[in-house]
Amino acid sequence: MTEPGISRRSFLDRLLGLGVLAWLGSVIYPVVEYFKTPPQGEAEVTSVVATKIQSVKPNSGLVFRFGREPAILVSGPDGKLRAFSATCTHLQCTVQYRNDLQKIYCACHNGMYDLNGRNLAGPPPRPLTEFQVTVKGDDVVVSRT
Amino acid sequence: MTERASGPMRWIRERFNIDPLIEFASHKQVPEWRGSFWYYFGGVSLFLFIVQVVSGILLLMYYQPGEKTAYESVRFIVTKVRFGWLVRSIHSWAANLFILSAFIHMFSVFFTKAFRRPRELTWYSGFLLLALGLGFGFSGYLLPWNTLAYFATKVGTTIVAVLPGVGEPIMELLRAGKDVSTATLTRFYGLHVAILPAAFTLILGLHLMLIQTQGMHEPEPWPGGKPRYMPFFPNFVLRDLLLWLIVLNILAILAVWFPWELGSKADPFGAAPQGIKPEWYFLFTYQALKYFPAKLAGIDGEVVGIVLFGIAGLLWFLVPLWDARTPRGIRNRFINYVGITVVLFIIVMTALGVR
Repeated sequence: MTEPGISRRSFLDRLLGLGVLAWLGSVIYPVVEYFKTPPQGEAEVTSVVATKIQSVKPNSGLVFRFGREPAILVSGPDGKLRAFSATCTHLQCTVQYRNDLQKIYCACHNGMYDLNGRNLAGPPPRPLTEFQVTVKGDDVVVSRT
Repeated sequence: MTERASGPMRWIRERFNIDPLIEFASHKQVPEWRGSFWYYFGGVSLFLFIVQVVSGILLLMYYQPGEKTAYESVRFIVTKVRFGWLVRSIHSWAANLFILSAFIHMFSVFFTKAFRRPRELTWYSGFLLLALGLGFGFSGYLLPWNTLAYFATKVGTTIVAVLPGVGEPIMELLRAGKDVSTATLTRFYGLHVAILPAAFTLILGLHLMLIQTQGMHEPEPWPGGKPRYMPFFPNFVLRDLLLWLIVLNILAILAVWFPWELGSKADPFGAAPQGIKPEWYFLFTYQALKYFPAKLAGIDGEVVGIVLFGIAGLLWFLVPLWDARTPRGIRNRFINYVGITVVLFIIVMTALGVR
């Protein structure tokens, strides 16, 4: 075999190589796709009833369910109601209200937020997302702004 | 030899030629020097892995993943099943001792320079085994679905997400969605009992084969200038078995006197409790990350920290490539200094984290 260009053997080798690659791709691709969890089709929640107004005491906090994520309703020492996403902006732990400090606090890494959700101390890089609070009758309604 | 054989040995020989194996075992030798003690930690790690497989299979007989069953089934195991508390406690303690033993094994290989040519592949496979071991620890930690595990998993998977570009998709792949949920539990279960064991067994097979064919690393130069050896069989094997027995006793004492706690059931819509900490072997990373400020040169401190840890881990993995012999051929003090710094860093950060 002295003819120029590629020999029949190396051509077939390459073809076989390509075939193997294509086969691997056709096996691996569906497996990788299989691992991607499809969206649950849950409707985005825009508003929930957090609690009844009678059960809210000044200088207290309540973690409640807001769609897929936790949220926190804070009643300041002045009795003013505010609500935020309860997911810490640092590493997604769930925050709580500390009535001794009058601050929103994350126990995982000592993150601290003020009553407006602003990050004060510790590792949190961003403020908490704020929600709107309205009182309709007895219900404390929290909604996305 | 062959003529003397009768009964079962003859029966086997007629069907499978085991003579080369016997020949191999009877000639195999182990270097005998002051560093020989460290050789045993590979075997101890192997023993603890076997304990994990056996105790893990026993737990599988009752464990049920799922939001309403995971925690309850583990509670059932530790409160109702006969010796269930013991099996679970052994599984948890052996996991921790395995990581400890594997770390000691790794550092002893590092400091005795046993990773050098021709044993680079043994080092690489050993590193992968430790990484898989940590994966076992991380995935297994969530399975009882208790509060500590829930938030530790949340934090651990969020740390992955800070990696630029690939972080988010990897996190969603691990969590089986955007949040840590029962889908994550199912996925971790699959990882813990099927994918990781399969990968571990394959790499372990390679690791052991390399060790058997290349033999144990010998000191360079031999202390006193004269090599000394011990027969592998029975001298070394019996010492190995004795140590396994001692480890089994330590394990039993720990499991009986300090049974592993179950804690309270995870509540995804409850506040994170105080004192969230990862397992001790992740503590040094966790503690070191705390010292990074929220922002560093405009980038999130976490991102800088994680990337630095990633680079350090990669360099550690690739040590056979950057470890240069000095012109005299053997000693390289730089490597020792690197190793000592790493050990001190891990010890100090872990101690600060435990406080």
